[in-house]
Amino acid sequence: MKYMLMMNTPGNGPYQIASWPHEDLVRHIQFMKSFAQKLTAAGEWVTGEGLSGPDQAKRVRAGHDGKPITDGVFPESKEFLAGYWIVQVDSAERAYQIAAEASAAPGKGGVPLNMPIEVREVMSEAPREWQE
Amino acid sequence: MAAPDAAILQQLRALAPEVLGILCRRTKDFAAAEDAVQEALVAAAQQWPVQGLPEHPRAWLVQVAARRLTDEVRMAIARRAREETVVSLVPAEQQVALAVDDGASTDDDSLALLFMCCHPSLSPASAIALTLRAVGGLTTAEIARAFLVPEATMAQRISRAKQAIKDSGVPFERPGPEAFAARLGAVMHVLYLMFSEGYAASSGDAVMRTDLSGEAIRVTRLLHRLVPDEPEVSGLLALLLLTDARRAARTGPAGELVPLDQQDRARWDRQAIGEGVALLDGALPKGRPGPYQLQAAVAALHDEAPAAAQTDWPQILALYQVLRDLSDNPMVDLNHAIATAMVHGPAAGLALLDQLATDARLAGTHRLDAVRAHLLERAGDLPGAMALYRRAASRTASTVERDYLLAHAARLHDGPR
Repeated sequence: MKYMLMMNTPGNGPYQIASWPHEDLVRHIQFMKSFAQKLTAAGEWVTGEGLSGPDQAKRVRAGHDGKPITDGVFPESKEFLAGYWIVQVDSAERAYQIAAEASAAPGKGGVPLNMPIEVREVMSEAPREWQE
Repeated sequence: MAAPDAAILQQLRALAPEVLGILCRRTKDFAAAEDAVQEALVAAAQQWPVQGLPEHPRAWLVQVAARRLTDEVRMAIARRAREETVVSLVPAEQQVALAVDDGASTDDDSLALLFMCCHPSLSPASAIALTLRAVGGLTTAEIARAFLVPEATMAQRISRAKQAIKDSGVPFERPGPEAFAARLGAVMHVLYLMFSEGYAASSGDAVMRTDLSGEAIRVTRLLHRLVPDEPEVSGLLALLLLTDARRAARTGPAGELVPLDQQDRARWDRQAIGEGVALLDGALPKGRPGPYQLQAAVAALHDEAPAAAQTDWPQILALYQVLRDLSDNPMVDLNHAIATAMVHGPAAGLALLDQLATDARLAGTHRLDAVRAHLLERAGDLPGAMALYRRAASRTASTVERDYLLAHAARLHDGPR
């Protein structure tokens, strides 16, 4: 089973880590790196990416002529996708465990952020009757 | 399947362009020949480690690939026969085996291949992928790993590139004298981009990634062997070697970016530096300077400085001034501003950056922000520097670079300890 773990941050302005002291910033980055290494070592890592900040985001819609209409910077959005992981695990419980670990990433002063991680199953299973 | 050892893999990759060149000459069908050679390489990678090296490895590959092509032709004829009941009277074997020895050497073929794969009608990304496969002898899977895309995606990109070559009707031959310089420029540009792609990636979680920088150097070596009298090719090879020489020192233990002035110079590859400098010494006296030779000269000045503080910035500045006259490249302009700041002080560099901010290719990029932040920091404007480091961090698409820029801003924010 594959699960997508989505890390959300407050959506106004640049990422909060941009204003952290150096020590806290480095600790956070270290955590994220070793987190990825651990998932890889466990054979659970599928993919994961960090996304550029809210100030760089665009929302795109097709106009009547099919051409893109872009609209930028969303000060009103409360939450913003900052990055994601896709993991291959044996159970939903394991995915929740991994998400909890990510949630506790160290923040300012090394205090766990306990940020919300949205967990969704990726629809990659074969149809039932084709299995076996 | 036994994993082919490094020596066999190396030999296969070196033979790939020669075998493909021979097949291309015979069939005049690059796309089909390329597929056949790829299959022959895969077969060799499976069989050679088990059965031992054939007596004539190249002939073995040519034979297997030709047989594969013959099968293809047979099937095509059968298809056509079913459809039109018109059958060629020429036996399938001869359709591909009609090779007449026109005196062309394998070197001519390899060069023609390079020109074909780096044809200006292809996008750089496609040209890089195709060159890696057709000239570099890499498998689609290896190329896909280099670009971190699924193998199927890369296979499609390569087959579209081959189709584009077919459609453009580029002949498999060395371009004529009037087109030669421009086409050689396109080849060098593709190799330079291939190297840069690998160099940028080398700081990430790179363990599983194919070494694009190393492949770029290998193919550039081949190009240099084929056209040894082109000073810009020597310059390109020198530039790649002199840059790659710093690779080990470029990242810290946790994969973090280490800027040039803070690198441990003892970890620089002296052998590569020596080779690069020798290439440059051979090229410059020919009196046909070009962007690659000049950039290599800058790299050599950095590499030869015993410490960052002893860098010969006045000479680097002079080189960038020549480079600016020679090419219209915003990255050269940025580096020129940095060199100016190093020689004449940050204010002079910042004044140049103000002029560059109107260049659409630089405006709004993280590079301009990062350089300005750096010069502001040197000028003592710490709040200004901090804001720009952060803006650059939010604009870069590289995690490693973002971490570096954020850490820099955070250090300024913390103040001196």
